[in-house]
Parts: sequence; C-alpha cells; structure tokens
Amino acid sequence: MIGRFLRKLSLLFGRARFESELDEEMAFHRAEAEEAFAADGMTREAARYAATRQFGNAARLRDESHAVVGFRVETVVQDLRFAFRQFRRSPGFAITAIVILALGIGVSVAIFGFVDAALLEPLPYAAPNRLMSVDEASAMFPRSNLSRDDFDDWRRMNHSFTSLDAYGGMGFLLRTASRSEPVPGARVSDGFFSTLGVHMMLGRGFLPGEDQPGKSKIVILTYGTWLKRFGGRRDIVGQPVTLSGADYTVVGVLPREFEFAPRRDSEFWVPLLEKNGCEQRRSCHNLYGVGRLRNGVTMDAARAEMKAIAALLAKQYPGSNQGQGASVIPLAEIIVGPVRPILLTLLCGAGLLLLIACVNVASLILVRSESRRREIAVRGALGATRARLARQFVTEGLLLALLGCAGGVLTGDWLMQMLARLIPKNMLIHLPFLSDVGLNTHVLIFAGVVALLAALLLAATPTLRLTFAGIRDGLGEGDRGAAGTLWRRLGANLVVIELAVAVVLLVGAGLLGKSFYRLLHVDDGFDTTHLATVQVMLPDSSYTKDGQKVALYREINRRLSEIPGVQSVGITTDLPVQCNCDTDWIRIVGKPFHGEHNEVNERDVSPSYLSTLKAGLVRGRLLSDSDDANHPRVTVINEALAQKYFSGEDPIGKMIGDGGFTPNSMRQVVGVIRNVREGALDDQVWPAEYFSIYHDSDTYFAVAVRAARDEKAILPGIVTTLHSIDANLGVYGESTMTEQIESSQTSLIHRFSTWLVGGFAAMALILGVVGLYGVIAYSVSRRTREIGVRMALGAQRSAVYGMVLRQAGRLTGVGLGIGLVSAVGASLLMRKLLFGVAAWDAPTLAGVALVLGAASMIASFLPAQKAASISPTEALRAE
Amino acid sequence: MAKKPDLLPGTLDMLILKTLTRGALHGYGIALSIKRLSDDVLTVEEGSLYPALQRLLLQGWVKGEWKMTDTGRRARFYTLTAAGRKQLGIELSQFEQMITAIGRVLRDAQEA
Repeated sequence: MIGRFLRKLSLLFGRARFESELDEEMAFHRAEAEEAFAADGMTREAARYAATRQFGNAARLRDESHAVVGFRVETVVQDLRFAFRQFRRSPGFAITAIVILALGIGVSVAIFGFVDAALLEPLPYAAPNRLMSVDEASAMFPRSNLSRDDFDDWRRMNHSFTSLDAYGGMGFLLRTASRSEPVPGARVSDGFFSTLGVHMMLGRGFLPGEDQPGKSKIVILTYGTWLKRFGGRRDIVGQPVTLSGADYTVVGVLPREFEFAPRRDSEFWVPLLEKNGCEQRRSCHNLYGVGRLRNGVTMDAARAEMKAIAALLAKQYPGSNQGQGASVIPLAEIIVGPVRPILLTLLCGAGLLLLIACVNVASLILVRSESRRREIAVRGALGATRARLARQFVTEGLLLALLGCAGGVLTGDWLMQMLARLIPKNMLIHLPFLSDVGLNTHVLIFAGVVALLAALLLAATPTLRLTFAGIRDGLGEGDRGAAGTLWRRLGANLVVIELAVAVVLLVGAGLLGKSFYRLLHVDDGFDTTHLATVQVMLPDSSYTKDGQKVALYREINRRLSEIPGVQSVGITTDLPVQCNCDTDWIRIVGKPFHGEHNEVNERDVSPSYLSTLKAGLVRGRLLSDSDDANHPRVTVINEALAQKYFSGEDPIGKMIGDGGFTPNSMRQVVGVIRNVREGALDDQVWPAEYFSIYHDSDTYFAVAVRAARDEKAILPGIVTTLHSIDANLGVYGESTMTEQIESSQTSLIHRFSTWLVGGFAAMALILGVVGLYGVIAYSVSRRTREIGVRMALGAQRSAVYGMVLRQAGRLTGVGLGIGLVSAVGASLLMRKLLFGVAAWDAPTLAGVALVLGAASMIASFLPAQKAASISPTEALRAE
Repeated sequence: MAKKPDLLPGTLDMLILKTLTRGALHGYGIALSIKRLSDDVLTVEEGSLYPALQRLLLQGWVKGEWKMTDTGRRARFYTLTAAGRKQLGIELSQFEQMITAIGRVLRDAQEA
C-alpha cells in the first residue's frame, strides 16, 4: 500500500517524464502496427491510417492512463481551475456571492466572538466551574447580601465547600498632593484569594485568621494601582500606605491578569477586620460569599445544605433571620447572567442573517446553473459522468464558501473590534472578559464550521438540480422545458425562506425597539432633566459626630444653592434609578405581625431633596428643615408603600417601627408622594420610605442639584464649591441624571440589542427583497416570449403588470405568513429582553407586514414594468 | 465482419501476467502474443492495454525497462516480478474456480 502511494507520488512529480515515456511507448506501438499492416501488403498510407484507427484516440488513452496512476487531487485541481475561470467570466456573480457570504459569516463570527468570551470562558481562575456565589435569599431578593455573622456561621457549619469566603465594597480616601481622592476598594475574608486560586505577583496573600477583629491593618494592591500609584517599586512589600487616615502595610501585589468582575474597579484589597457599625447587627447584609465546591459535591447538594443551615439559623435568631434562605449559583452566572439573553438573541439573529445570506447565494447559483444548462449538457454529452459534473458544482460551492469564509473572518475581526469599542466603559467594568474579544481558536473553528455548512448548502443546491432535470433536456433548444418548472419550484421556495427569515428579524427588531422606547419613557415619578449629581465621601476622622455631619449637609445646601443657575439642592443616601437596595424591615403599629420581613427601600434625604427631584406630593407634607434630632422621627412614604400596607386607609399620622418596635425606631408618617423610581428602569417599583438625613447621617451620600438650564455646565462649579467647603471631601461620579439613566446597564443592554438586531433586520430586508427582485426579474426574462405572445393576442399592459405583481404578491404573502407565525414563536423565546411589549404585539406585526409588503411591491414593480414594456414583435422574433 | 468476442472482464491483467511468464516483452509484443496464442480470437485493445500496464506497474507486479529491440528501436520491456508471479497464481486459481462453477451450471442447465 505504502509502496503504491510512493510510486504514485513519484509519478506526480515526474509527470513530464511519465508523459514522454508513455508517448514514446505508444508511438512505438503504432509504428510496429504500421509495419505489420504494411507487411500484409497495405500501402504506407493505408497502413498508418489503420494503425492509428486501431489505436484510437491517443489523448483519451493518455487521460485514462493518467486516471490509473494519478491522484484524485489532480482532477480536483482541474475543477478548481475551471471554477476560477467561471468566476472570472462572471465577476459580478462571484463578487456579489462572496460579499454576501462574507457579510453573513462575518456577522456570525463577530457575535460568536462575544458569546465565546462571555459565556464559554468568563472566569480567569483555576477550575472556575467549581466556584459558586454563596449568598442569602429572601422573599424580595432571590440573591441578597450575606451578613457578617451569618457568614461566620455558614463558614463554620458547612461541609459542601473546601473554602467559603466573603467580599464587600469599601471606599477609601487617598490623600494626594492636592486633595483627597476617593478610591474604590474591597474588604475580603482571609481565604478569598486562595479560594479563587489567585497567587500574588509580589509578597503574600492574606494568612488564615488575618481577617479577624484586632489584627493588624494590611493591604494588597492590584497590579494597576502598584504601577500607577507606587511606580511599580519592587520593594513595595512591607511599606506603609495611608488609607482614609489609617495606616496600612502592603503585604502583596496581585498579578496583572487578576480580575474580579463583581468588584472590578477595586484598587486596594483589605481584610474584613473590625466589624463596622452596621455589622454589629446580624441583620446587616453587606457582603457577598464565594465558595469552592468540595470534590464530588454538586451545586444542588451544596444549595440544599446551605438552605438547611439558613433554616437552622432562622430558628436560632428569628428576629434577624426569619425568612432568610440561601442562594448557591455559579459565580459565572452572576457575572454573565444579565448579558446572556442578549448574547443568545444576537447569536440567533446572526444565524438567521447567515441563513438568508446562504439562501440568497444559493438562489444566485441556481439562476446561474440555469443559464449554464447548455454547458452542462455539452459536457455530459462528451462523456462527463454525472458524478464528475456534480463534483464541479461542489468545487464551485466550496470555493465560494472558502472565499466567503476568508472574507467573513476579516469582516468578523473588524466588527468585533468595532463593537468592543462601542461598549461603554461603565459596562465593561461589569463584563471585563469582553475587553479581550478577538480572533482565537474557538472563533476560527466556529468560522470553519459555518463555512463548511455554507459550502454544503451551496454545493447541494445545483447538484440537486442535476438530479432533478435530465441532462439531455438541456441540449434541446429551448429553456422553456422542465428546468423552468424546476426553477419555479426550488428558486421560489428559496425566496420564501428569505422573506420569512427577514420577517422574523424585522419583528424582533421592532419589538426590541419598542421595548427600548418604553423603557426610556417609563414613568420615573420625578423630573429627570436638568439634574446634576455628584457622590461625596466624608473623611471619617474629621466627621465623627452626627452634629458635624448635619452641619456639613446644611452648609453644602447653602453654598451650592448660591451657584448661579442652581434652583435647588438635595442630599440623599441613594440617587434614584439605581437599585432596589438599602432596604429596611418595617412593622406597622396596629397591624398583625408574625416576625416577617416587610422589605422596603429606605432613603435618608435632606428636606429639600424630594422637592429638588420634583416628586409629586399626594397627601400630607414633605420633610422640613426642623425634622432633626431635636424633633420626633417622621417619614414620607411612596404610594406603593401606602397601597401595600395602608390599603383603604389614610396613612398620615400612622406609626411605623422596626420588627421589635424599638423606641427610637418609631416614626410617624407625615406625607405620601408619587412613586419615585429607585430601582432600575425595568424593575418593579418597591415600597419606599424617606427619612430626614438629619436623623440618620451617613459618610457616603449623593448630592442632586436642579439646574435652571444646562446641568452639565454647572458640574465643575459644584465640585469646586464642595472642595472649598472642605478640601478633604472625596468627590466623585460627577454626572447628570439623564446620562446615568442612558448609561445604566438595563438601558445599554436594550440599546445594544435594538441597534444590532435592527441592523441585522435591515440587512435581512435588503437581502430578502433583492432576492425577490432577482426571482421576479429572472422569471420575467424567461417568460419574455410567452408575454410577447400574450400581448400579440391582445393582452393589455395592465394584465401583464397584474400577472407579474400577482406572482410577487403570492411569494411575499407566503413568506409573510410563515414569517409572522415564526416571529411570534421567536419573540416568545426572547421575551426576557422585552419590556412592556407582548411577543404578539399587533402594531409591530402589522408594521413589519406593511414594510415588507411595500418593499416587495417596489422590488417587483421594476420587472413588472419591464414585462409590460416588452414589444410583442421583438419578443417573438427573438430566439 | 464477424464480431470478435470481448475479453471476459477482469481477465486482461491475468493474460498480460501470463504472457510475461515467457520472458520480457514490450507493449506491442504483449498484444501480438495474446492475439497469436488465442488464434486471433482475443484482441487486446490498445486503449485497455496501456492503462492496464500502468496499473500493473503501480501494483508492483511488473517492472518496466527501456531496451533496444531487434529492429534497433527503443522500447519499454515489461518483466514479471515475484509479486506479479504470486498474483498470477491467485488470479489463475480464482479463474479456475469460476470456470468450473460456470461449467457446472451450464451442465446442469443442459440436463434439466
């Protein structure tokens, strides 16, 4: 076998010698035969003729000898050469086909690149699929923060995790040359980095027990911080750093590739250490957990165990833990969960676009194979077997797919870079893995598979045609025979597929666009325009007493109000349209209570805050400047709270307290406002209560400033004024409310999916309509003679118009019908992305039908016009 | 002109190999030899002969060598290799089996 292969190989390279030897051998044979004939008494002439005749066609003989010794490859090369010649002869066809394919494949490859980065390899840690996010759960939050006490108990009691650790955010004020800079950081338990499987680049990680209260203050730097703030000094380990006025010692530096998406912007990582004010209570939920599953323990088993532990704690500490369950989900899930639906939707959209592109090219090929009927018939008559002819088509399909794929990979690479640049920074912080999207092995394999599928489709179409129509028919004079029927059968069906897919994409884009519109026009309950906002962080050391903070709030209010163009100023612990978070558990005097946790949003605001937002007052009054520590506690509630807990009664004057009616928690309801949206755009509105910040002061707060005109222009003035009040204030996050809403994750996800699916739909519409145009125009060109006869027999031009438009109308109708039904199905699948719109939204469906119908009619009007302007005499004379 | 019977399919390789057992021959010689030995009944078409020879060369059953003929012309002479001899044996015995089998069927048909 091997010997045979080697001999073949040597023949392949010694081709010239092989041919000359064969020629010489055959010449010798002919000469000998000629001699023999001559010896039998023939004339020289006759002898040569007889010998040649007996010998047969020398060229064909040589071919057959080739076939014996040659490789299949050689005929493939022939096919390839022929295919290239074909493409060169009709460059329009080849270029169109390749561009369409490159576009389709490019879009798919680009989207797959993102899916690959986000869904396949999102976590840069050792054995990432064993890492779980371990948190608490309550009726309102399927995943809520973990309290420090609960975490300690969970860690002690569980057997499911080899290690269980906690992390939480913490801001630091870093003293720089000019002023204090607020810097994000994180507090973690001792084993946090070893649970993730991260090793320090310099120094060491936290040692067991180093997170306990009373231990020394130590800090780990990220690579970027080490470079930016400490000049990349190798001797940094052991050096002191002052954070928020306290001295820490650097023990380690994280490696460059370290990344922890939930706290990605954290520069300084410190151990948990002392319990802060909130952590004194078991009901203070401010951490998150991360655990590494023990070998052989499944996620479900771990979840069951943690739930059992939570139930045990609920019995032991009913006040704080009643109704607090446990949530165990993959760590990857909390990072990529929010973007999975959009990515999968986009991947499907790209797939559909690719399908249209392939179908479009396939029908192009079909049209061309129609016009190549003669060529095929001639080749068949000259002895090409059906397999050989089929192989020619397969080769052409492969070549197209290959060129299309190469173009697609280039397009895809470009698209990926462009899309990655379009992702705003604050979204990238949550999705760090998207920053290194690009061509990698996965993506290339994907491109290869797509190209292969495309090649199969492209090769199958004309081959199918070969088996349908007898080759011999092709030799016949007319193009009016069986092939016409075949074309109508296959080509028309193809265009129906294209139109149907275009409808699906259009409906998807329409629904997403409508969702996006609804989202941006959702009722926020306050005036979002002309509102400038900044975040402020107080240096702990200089504001130790509540009175100092209250004085500062008043000073801020006074000084900022003096800035020209400022109408009013408000201070709050949390700005609106952020999250349903910072909640409180309430109990209403005079209502039955069984220890349940009535979760409501709690906001501590300055007296002028609600009026600065222009929140609507429904009953009672807003907070006033005298609602301070010298007066009884009062609260303003929103309508949602009023409806849920005071349904049918007047809440004004009612008393609310905490679960145990602790005396200093008791407050009286003095006002009801319209619901101000505290949560994200697509979140439910929760019950909320607003307290005076003069009662409950905080070191972190936000300032909202209502501007007369351009709110962006006054931002620098706000920052300067704040620093002139106290140079040590940490001021960050300068922004406007409109900007914040538009760049919120919900809004970005919707905007992205709307634009991308919209783009896909536009391309699909163009391809589909061009496909329809092609079908109709081709059909008209084939029926020129028929139309001529009809017109000669007295058919009116309007009748010809009607005939062509009816054909187009039928195809469009069928495509629309199939498309609309599939579209509703597809929309049901992506309903997670829809907001305020049903999958079967009639206006959208009708709109799509209208757009596609109109586009199709325009596309078929041109060929119809051509048909109607056919001159009967010329049509009949032709052919 | 009476039509000459076609070669039984698959027998050409065997005939060539058999012919070569008597010594080295060139292509024309092989064709001539088969024609003579079969009393002009079997004619080897040149169209089949040369592809067949290539096949045999490829399988390693024959060897080709350029030599001078008696008439002083250059020609490729084919000789049987050891592998070719073995192959001939296999083909011969297969052929015998088939002929016997066909013979049995024909006899049976006559008796019936």
